[in-house]
Amino acid sequence: MKRRSLFLTITASMGFVFLYAPIIALIVYSFNKSKLVTVWGGWSLKWYSELFKNQQIIDAALVSLKIALVSASLAVVLGTMAGFVLSRMGRFRGKMILSGWITAPLIMPEVITGLSLLLLFVAMEGMFGWPAGRGTGTVIIAHTTFCMAYVAVIVQSRLASMDETLEEAAMDLGAKPSTLFFLVTLPLIAPALISGWLLSFTLSLDDLVIASFVSGPGNSTLPMVIFSKVRLGVTPEVNALATIMIAIVAIGVLAAMYQMRRQTKLSSNQE
Amino acid sequence: MTSSQLNELSTSTVANSTEVPLWKQDGAEPFLKIENVTKMFGEFTAVDNISLDIYKNELFCLLGGSGSGKSTLLRILAGFESATSGRIIIDGVDMAGIQPWKRPVNMMFQSYALFPHLSVADNVAFGLRREGVARSEVKQRVAQMLDMVQLSALGKRKPNQLSGGQRQRVALARSLIKRPKLLLLDEPLGALDKKLREETQFELINIQEELGVTFVVVTHDQEEAMTLATRIGVMSNGVIVQTAEPHVVYEYPNSRFVAEFVGSVNLFEGKVVEDLPDSVRIRSKEAGVELFVNHGISCAPNQTVHMAIRPEKIKISRNRPEQTENCIQGIIEDIAYMGSLSVFKVRLANGKDVRVTQPNFVRDMGARFTWHEQVYLSWDMDSSVVLTS
Repeated sequence: MKRRSLFLTITASMGFVFLYAPIIALIVYSFNKSKLVTVWGGWSLKWYSELFKNQQIIDAALVSLKIALVSASLAVVLGTMAGFVLSRMGRFRGKMILSGWITAPLIMPEVITGLSLLLLFVAMEGMFGWPAGRGTGTVIIAHTTFCMAYVAVIVQSRLASMDETLEEAAMDLGAKPSTLFFLVTLPLIAPALISGWLLSFTLSLDDLVIASFVSGPGNSTLPMVIFSKVRLGVTPEVNALATIMIAIVAIGVLAAMYQMRRQTKLSSNQE
Repeated sequence: MTSSQLNELSTSTVANSTEVPLWKQDGAEPFLKIENVTKMFGEFTAVDNISLDIYKNELFCLLGGSGSGKSTLLRILAGFESATSGRIIIDGVDMAGIQPWKRPVNMMFQSYALFPHLSVADNVAFGLRREGVARSEVKQRVAQMLDMVQLSALGKRKPNQLSGGQRQRVALARSLIKRPKLLLLDEPLGALDKKLREETQFELINIQEELGVTFVVVTHDQEEAMTLATRIGVMSNGVIVQTAEPHVVYEYPNSRFVAEFVGSVNLFEGKVVEDLPDSVRIRSKEAGVELFVNHGISCAPNQTVHMAIRPEKIKISRNRPEQTENCIQGIIEDIAYMGSLSVFKVRLANGKDVRVTQPNFVRDMGARFTWHEQVYLSWDMDSSVVLTS
């Protein structure tokens, strides 16, 4: 094996420490026995059991989960359609504007996305009476909007790397465009759809800013509950909750990465 | 390729050559009619007013370099591109407005375009399933087709578990399973190595003869076109420069482009000094002597023409040959030993290089000549061709 230089080893370890030390501290302190967050009092699972007795947190978690499931699924459907149009329709009038608007949520500050959606919902309620008030529904719409951007970008890049002659071959063998979409295109971009879904799910579960703008009373998401609890002071309970969330998000991101790797392996084998 | 297969091949060629081919019969109905087809991409003309008749059971090769428009023409036949003007008629039916999935045509793609998520058998079955053929018949026809391309054992594999040659055969099986009237092949052997390519060429011809499908093959490889084709259409810049049987394209090219594109050739520029009905005398500064060709051409007196002679038709000798016509002197500049033949580069007194190839019919043939040796080059007067364009 090649000898690594000492400098590189030190740089790498510093990077890891910088990135992961806070997270590890949080995880370790979630198993703390002491009531004081900063004082170590030995190992315990006390705060996890406390957590599951807290009805407010359980409710918020269920709301968050529901929102994440629905908006990730909607985002995949809409994002796939958008990505498909952008990569397959060739040049058309308004393509620049469409691709600009689709990718806008990726770079737009969340505060602005949240605020503009809130204004839209209020205005719409005034005009058509829908959506009546704000709650789970409005959060789902908001999350779908910005998650869709991620899905569209992933699908678009997958389609761009896909050999278009595969679709021509399917047509040549008698498949109509609608048939070939379900028999050839969809199976081939499925890994991109799965990773897009997982990413959307994670993003939705994480979001605090947009949800704070567009959710209504009694529909607080988990990040909102944590944030309001932390404002009154950090409790060991929040550490435990944060640890669970880190675990869920890590699983989601790892699964998405695994899907991406499988997808590149599949397409490189096509050569 | 075993010797029995070779025998079979040569007898079938003989059998075919005794009949008059369809394209030489008056009034024979072409199977595929391309009428004044033009394709523009913006300002660029990819296919320029091509008209071409292809007959049933032909194996027609469109031969040309990249950008010659041959692939565009093939895509127009398949229906992936629509012609800017002109008509395509297949078996009496005008293809205008007929979508690719409704045409009686199948295509074998250069990249093979096998569906990576389907097994070999499912890839082959794809076309039949779209037609709604009964399950049992699909199974039977797929098995039959895989048997024909010798892949019966690999039906369950995915395309990425196959070698290049196996993928090529899957692609062929998939494009033939719907029993198309016309099969389009885009560089069918391009991705294979030399040895496999040679074997597969003969397999393709056998399959074509067995099934009686009309093949249109696009290729840039002149050797491939020579071995496969019943006729070759040489394409350049969107037009077909010459359409003829392979030996005609090689022995009687109609232009400098065809002579140089198909095989290698020595060209001598000169002026016609004597133009008789059955012979021409050309004064060529490049050759340093007067050249004599024993076939007439239609040209103006004093017109500048090119005389073309293939390297293998030139005799090389140390002593002055008996013939007085078409004999020039030069010095061997380079010798390349290629195994089956030797290539000599002979420089004439005026600096022009002439390429001569000699089969090595005895061992160490090339060693008979050495570098910088003075030699005589000569050829029969009916071996060369005069090109006016």
